[in-house]
Amino acid sequence: MSHKIISKKQLSENVFTAEIGARFVAEAARPGQFVIISVNAEFGERIPLTIAAFDRQKGTISLIWQRVGKTTAQLADMKVGDELAAVTGPLGNPAHIEKFGTVVCVGGGIGNAPLLPITRELKKAGNTIITILGARSKDLLILEDEFAKISDELIVTTDDGSYGRKALVTEPLKQVCQRAPKPDQAFAIGPAVMMKFCCEVTKEFNVPTQVSLNTIMVDGTGMCGGCRIEYDGKPKFVCVDGPEFDGHKVNFDLMIKRLNAYKNQEEKAYEHYKKHGCKIGLDKKDTDKEIKK
Amino acid sequence: MVAEKEEEKLLKHLLDKQKRGELTAAERYEILPQQMPQQAPAERVHNVSEVALGFTETQARLEAMRCLQCKNAPCIKGCPVQIRIKDFVTATAEGDFKKALNIIKENSLLPAVCGRVCPQETQCQLECTVGKKFRDTGMAVSIGRLERFVADNAETEDSVPAVAAATGMKVAVIGSGPGSIVAATDTRRAGHDVTIFEAFHKLGGVMVYGIPEFRLPKSIVQKEIDTLIKMGVKIIPNFVVGKTRTIEQLMNKDGYDAVFIGVGAGLPKFMDIEGESLVGVYSANEYLTRTNLMKAYQFGSGADTPIARSRKVAVIGGGNVALDAARAALRIGAEKVYLVYRRAEEQMPARVEEIQHAKEEGIEFHLLASPKRIIGDENLHVKAIECLRYELGEPDESGRRRPISIEGSEFQIDVDTVIVAIGSIANPLIRKTTPNLEFNKWGNIVVDENCKTSMEGVYAGGDIVTGSATVILAMGQGRIAAAAINEYLKRKIRTKNKN
Repeated sequence: MSHKIISKKQLSENVFTAEIGARFVAEAARPGQFVIISVNAEFGERIPLTIAAFDRQKGTISLIWQRVGKTTAQLADMKVGDELAAVTGPLGNPAHIEKFGTVVCVGGGIGNAPLLPITRELKKAGNTIITILGARSKDLLILEDEFAKISDELIVTTDDGSYGRKALVTEPLKQVCQRAPKPDQAFAIGPAVMMKFCCEVTKEFNVPTQVSLNTIMVDGTGMCGGCRIEYDGKPKFVCVDGPEFDGHKVNFDLMIKRLNAYKNQEEKAYEHYKKHGCKIGLDKKDTDKEIKK
Repeated sequence: MVAEKEEEKLLKHLLDKQKRGELTAAERYEILPQQMPQQAPAERVHNVSEVALGFTETQARLEAMRCLQCKNAPCIKGCPVQIRIKDFVTATAEGDFKKALNIIKENSLLPAVCGRVCPQETQCQLECTVGKKFRDTGMAVSIGRLERFVADNAETEDSVPAVAAATGMKVAVIGSGPGSIVAATDTRRAGHDVTIFEAFHKLGGVMVYGIPEFRLPKSIVQKEIDTLIKMGVKIIPNFVVGKTRTIEQLMNKDGYDAVFIGVGAGLPKFMDIEGESLVGVYSANEYLTRTNLMKAYQFGSGADTPIARSRKVAVIGGGNVALDAARAALRIGAEKVYLVYRRAEEQMPARVEEIQHAKEEGIEFHLLASPKRIIGDENLHVKAIECLRYELGEPDESGRRRPISIEGSEFQIDVDTVIVAIGSIANPLIRKTTPNLEFNKWGNIVVDENCKTSMEGVYAGGDIVTGSATVILAMGQGRIAAAAINEYLKRKIRTKNKN
C-alpha cells in the first residue's frame, strides 16, 4: 500500500495540508474519523490526525496538521512524491450528524480542520450554520473561505485583533447562546483549553455540545488505552469510544495534563530535530535522496 | 572449561551405558538438572537483550538423558498441542537435533517461541514423572529449554514448508500473532492464496508489541514472518479489519473465500478505582507497546516514541504481562519497581522462571495486596498508591482461594508511575461491524471444535476466542482452524467444479 504525498501546501506559519494516497482509508472514511500516521516504519512515532477530506475516486485523503513536534515537523519537511510509512484508518466513530435546527460550530486554530467536514455534513443535513472561527492572529487563521461557503453566518475572532473581532471565541459564542431562540446544538473543536471554556459557556445556556478530542494515542484501535479521558467520572477511550463526546461530561483539566505528559521529552526531540535537520529519522532511501541532491 | 570436559565425559559414559541397555532409572535420577546460562541480573537490567541464553549442546543432551522414556509419556498429555515430547527428547539425547526439530514441527510451528514463553511448569513439565518422583515440578525434565535448544540449533534456511499447486481460493487471515501465523502457514501449504491483514505497521502481534525483547527476541519472530513471505503469503499492514474493511466486505467485495480471525485479546482492563486516569498511569498494553514495538527505550537516540521517565513504579497484577512490564520499567531506568498482587506467590499465573528472574533483578513483591486508589499531586501526576492488604478465603470458581480485603489495612507506596496489568477484554471492533457473527457475553467469538464461527467460511482462534491465554493455545487453534478451512475450501472447489 502506497502512501505518497500527492500535493502539499503551507496554510500558515506552522500549519500544513497534504493530499495523500490512501485508497482503503478513502473508501471507508466518513466525516469525524481520523487516521494514525507514521513517517518512519522502524523508529517513527504513531500520531492521530483527523481526516480533513477524502476523495474515494482518486483514493486520497487530505490531512491538516500543525508543526508542534518532531513528527509533525518531519511531515512538514516531506515533499510531493515522498511516502509516509503508515496511514491507518479510518479510525474512531463518524461524527453524529442529524438535523438539529440551528447549529453553532466553533473552531479554534488547527481545530478548524476537523470541524470543516463535520460542518459540511451538518449543512447538507439541513441545519442553519453559525460558524465562529478563532485564531491567535490573522496569519494563523485557516479555512475561512471554505467555512464562508457553508455558513449562514460567520464570525471570526483573533486574540490580537489583527483580523475580525478582537476576542476569544467564547465571547461571540456566549452572544449566540443568548439569542432567542438559542442554538439547538453546538460543536466545538480546537485546543483542549478552548473546548473547555466553550463547554462552560454552552453548559450555562444548556446547549448540547459535541467536542472532538485529539489525545495521545499509540495503536488507535482500543488496545493501549493511552488516549483515555475521564468522561462522566468514568474512563473512556477516545480512539474507540470517540473522538466525539458530549463536551459537558469531559474532564478537560485532566485531559490537558495527560496531553502534556511527555512535553519535556517531546520538546527536546523537536529541538534536536530542528538543529540537526530533516535527515535524522527519515528512511535511508530518503536520506540517500537528500544526499544526492 | 574443566566443568564442561567433566560434563562431556559424563554424557559419553551415560550414552555408552544406554547403548548397552544398562542405564537404570536410578542413574537417570542422579543426573543433575542442567542450569541454563543467563545474563547476570546486575548486568541485564541495563540492557534489553535476552536474559536466558540457552543450553550448550552438552547441557541439552545431559538434560535429555534425565528423561525416563516413560511408556505412557504423561508429558504429551500435558501439552496443549500434543507434541511427541518423549521422542523429540530421545532424539536430542542422541544428538540428532534435526530429527528432534522435525518431531516438534509435526505439531508446533513455532518451537523457538514456545520454548521460551510456554508455561511449561503447568503443562508438560507438570506431568513429568521425574518431577513427580522428587515431588518438585522444578526437578522435571526441562522440556521447554530443550525445545528452545533444538529450535535455535537445528533450524536451517531450507525449512520453508512446501506449497501445493494453486487452488484459486483466497484466504484472509486477520491479525498476525501466533494463531494467525500458523493458520496462514497451513492454509498456504494447501495452495490457497493467503493474505494477512495486520492493524499495526509490524507483524507478529503480541510477540512484537507485548512480549519484551529480553524474553523473546524480535529476530525470532521476524524469521517466522520471513518464512511466510517466502511461502508466498501476502501481507497488508496498517489495515484494521472492522474499520478499514469489514469481514463481509472482504468476503463479498474482495472475494475472500474463507477468513481466519486471530485478532487477539484487545482492550486493557482497568480497576475502576479513583485516580486511574492520572498522568503516569498506564495499561500494561500501552507501556509494553511503547517499549517493545515502538522502542521507547531508544527515545532520543533514534526512536521517536516517548515513555515516562519513572523513578518508582508500581505494577498491578501477577501474570506474565505484569512481570514483563515491571522488568521493562527497570530496563528503562526506574530505580525501584514494586509488583502488587492480590493473591499469594503460588497463585501468580506468571511462569516460574519469570518470577525468579524478576526477584533476581530486585523487583519488590507486595503480595496479598491490591490498590484502593491512586493518589495524584497538584499537577494530577501520580504520587502514590494506597493499597489494602488481603487474606485468602474459600476457593472461587477458578479453583484458587479468593482474596478478601482486610478492613483498615490501608498502606501507601510512593510511586510516580502505575502500570495496570490485570488482563484484557475482547476488542469490540469486529463485533460492532459483523452482525452475523456470534459472540459470547464476554465479547469472545463463539466457535465449534473446528474453530468454525457462526458465519459460513469464517473461522477464529486465539485470545479472541479463549480470552487471554497462551501462545501455544492460540497456535493450536490456528492449526485446527486451518485444517477446517482447507476442508471447507476443498468442498467449495468440488461444488464449483460440478456447476
